[in-house]
Amino acid sequence: MDKLSKQQHARYLLARAGFGATPAELEEATHKPLRKVVRQLLRDSASFTELRVVEPDENRTKQALKKLARDGQLDREMLKERIRMNTEKVRDLNLQWLDQMASGRGTLREKMALFWHGHFACRTMGQNPLLMQQYVNTIRKHALGRFSDLLMAVSKEPAMLQFLNNQQNRKNAPNENFAREVMELFTLGRGNYSEFDIKEAARAFTGWQFTPDGQFVFRERVHDEGEKTIFAKTGPFKGEDVIAMLLENRQTARFITGKIYQFFVTDNPTTASETGKRIDQLAANFYESGYDVAGLLERIFTADWFYETSNVGTHIKSPVELLAGMRHTLGLTFEQPQTQIFVQRTLGQLLFYPPNVAGWPGGKNWIDSSSLLFRMQLPNYVLKAVDVTVRPKEDGDVNTQLLARKGGQKFQVRVDWKGFETAFANIPDDRLTDAIASTLLPFPLKADQRLLIDRQMSVIQDRSGRIHALTAALMSLPEYQLT
Amino acid sequence: MNRRDFIKQSALTTAGTMLIPHFLKAYETQAMGQAAGSNGKILVIVQLSGGNDGLNTVVPFRNDIYYRERPTIAIRPEKVLTLNDEIGLHPAMTPLKALYDDGLVTVINNVGYPNPDRSHFRSMDIWQTASDSNQYLRTGWVGRYLDAACDGKEGQPFKTIEVDDTLSLALKGNDLNGMAVLDPKKLYDQTRNGLITKSSHEYHDGHESVSYLYKTLAETVSSAEYMFDKTKIQRSAGNYPNHELGNRLKTVSGLIQSGIDTRVYYISISGFDTHINQPGQQERLLGQYAEAVSAFMNDLKTTGRQNDVLLMTFSEFGRRVKQNASNGTDHGTANNVFLIGGGLPSRRVLNEAPALTNLTDGDLTYTVDFRQIYATLLRDYLGADDVAILGRRFDSLKIV
Repeated sequence: MDKLSKQQHARYLLARAGFGATPAELEEATHKPLRKVVRQLLRDSASFTELRVVEPDENRTKQALKKLARDGQLDREMLKERIRMNTEKVRDLNLQWLDQMASGRGTLREKMALFWHGHFACRTMGQNPLLMQQYVNTIRKHALGRFSDLLMAVSKEPAMLQFLNNQQNRKNAPNENFAREVMELFTLGRGNYSEFDIKEAARAFTGWQFTPDGQFVFRERVHDEGEKTIFAKTGPFKGEDVIAMLLENRQTARFITGKIYQFFVTDNPTTASETGKRIDQLAANFYESGYDVAGLLERIFTADWFYETSNVGTHIKSPVELLAGMRHTLGLTFEQPQTQIFVQRTLGQLLFYPPNVAGWPGGKNWIDSSSLLFRMQLPNYVLKAVDVTVRPKEDGDVNTQLLARKGGQKFQVRVDWKGFETAFANIPDDRLTDAIASTLLPFPLKADQRLLIDRQMSVIQDRSGRIHALTAALMSLPEYQLT
Repeated sequence: MNRRDFIKQSALTTAGTMLIPHFLKAYETQAMGQAAGSNGKILVIVQLSGGNDGLNTVVPFRNDIYYRERPTIAIRPEKVLTLNDEIGLHPAMTPLKALYDDGLVTVINNVGYPNPDRSHFRSMDIWQTASDSNQYLRTGWVGRYLDAACDGKEGQPFKTIEVDDTLSLALKGNDLNGMAVLDPKKLYDQTRNGLITKSSHEYHDGHESVSYLYKTLAETVSSAEYMFDKTKIQRSAGNYPNHELGNRLKTVSGLIQSGIDTRVYYISISGFDTHINQPGQQERLLGQYAEAVSAFMNDLKTTGRQNDVLLMTFSEFGRRVKQNASNGTDHGTANNVFLIGGGLPSRRVLNEAPALTNLTDGDLTYTVDFRQIYATLLRDYLGADDVAILGRRFDSLKIV
């Protein structure tokens, strides 16, 4: 491998396994064997700190607030105010997580947690910040651990039980939603279970509930203690038994591995038998390892095929990846963090508000005429303070209106230009365009692209200005949407 | 270098748009000229986001249960704008009543779907994708119409337009997406920012994702140009009220009059989530709605297009029959849908009024699946393949 391709491989790895690199990080990674860079990524993600926007004892659910209002302990204005504060806490949780993603600390953990957020899609019902805080910390905590632990933990999360209506799943009044999604979306995938399995599994999950203060609880009196027949086994099963059966089934490993492959390797997995075999092999290892996620990722990131040119540049960044990546690469912070909610809404990925239980579809679905234009304008909004005239839609829910309304006429940001520029200090002027391009884009610039961009730069004499302008221009290219 | 100079000197804005490959441009121009296979009919969809209270919109003013369950927010019988012996419109909708009297309005009661979902986002998702309530689709029904209408021919995203800054799921197809255009001039300016015309780049890379981005960009640029060219001549527009829906319908009218080949327009307005103090808020919103739609229909009448344009209005769900303790209503299920214009047979209420004695958990029971309306509009009105678009056959309402 020559120097250039080594750098491109490192850039590709850091973009896929994390949220991109600063020029300095890239420089460092380029001088190491990729295997070591992968190890380093895993090591850097070993520790875990909780996100925290609300203390458990100060949280009041919407329901509890309404009860206080009914009992005369809150007047109507206070009630509205408290519900609004809950919505704002969910927003703050979103921003805190985004900060964490952009910081570059534990980047693989956060990237994987973002994957799990789409996989275990869950929305805040009733604007309860405590439940969302517990949920996100659970997927972050187990992100790189064993999928078996994650599945059990997230299935017992109050936010999930609430979202999938398991609170309404009772002996004599079954609600199958939870059982269905656990099989269809979390483990086996469609077509690998019967309607009968779902009906019976739903009975096993009766009693899985939570308390108003956000604790999982098994309520024996609503649990159906009778015999159930699930996947041709019969017994007085409980929820834990169903989860164990699902993990025992190799199809779970195949389904999860396939989704992880799609997320980290390519948006467009071909039906080619080679890819199929590759995923089968990874799935077998994943299963044998007891669902070790970190091991699976290490295997992917160190495989030669991961770096094949047919994979490079196939992934369209999700809005959150775009935002976190731009922030990280430039050391950028928003003066008004709320701006980032505006960007997420406009581009169609608001953390904690996935479109439905199936999560964000991803890939080409991110791009249409308006989202592409907005994405290409984003560097100008951010780096050149160009007026923003776009307005995202409201979602119909009176409680989330405040997330929709506040945006920004102008984005005000701070950029760590000094750090960014230093990395290019030794690059001669005539190589500057390519040098910056190779840190930002998945492919080398084509000759005519370079010509067009350089022509625009010709009026700029001073080096800093040139670097800033080149960065904005290169980030405006469609290729910047890809990793 | 200070910030000001930086801004001034780095005037390279939409760098990408000037790099659109020539072959795509040529292809675009060609695609634009293709015959549309159009029957000249146009559908305009107005989405009332938030779950409009249908019972206070089309009021069952002879029903005791209605008044019993809504002691403070029910519309008094003497205020109702009578449509027949049983139901009438909210008093704020006088302009709509006038359209009804002119024979332009069809009211469909009790529209919903099996196993209704009372969450805004999920129910909206179901209405926009035309899915079952336990099914998750990645494409919208208008987007799939676009796929079918273009039948493999690419480059015509403007065939279905959402008058907004961002695109709804409803307009996302498998192969093609509709376009979000709030203002053709503004969109054109965005794609013309400086240097695009210097396009000189041939893109040879066969990469699917890269090609997709450049293709989308090329379609956007050429569609923006096409729409701007078509609409730049100032046309006499009717007298529209100056609020969001009024402005958006005015834009639709301008686009229709420009002769642009758009078959479906989509607009959404919000504010209908009336848990608290419903009466004032709903009165304002329904008033604006009726006023804007009336202006739109009159404008079309003036230009002789009233029979070519059908406006459908829906909301993701109706509200509960019983009012809540805050002078509002909570999320419910079945609701009414309006069809206006389109040369449909004379004024009518298509089906029975809501049966308030036959509730499901306190909510209205649907009798018309919303996809029957879609099927009717697609097959009988637009002349499209409804089964391919909706995934199965729904009985037509036989109204077109």
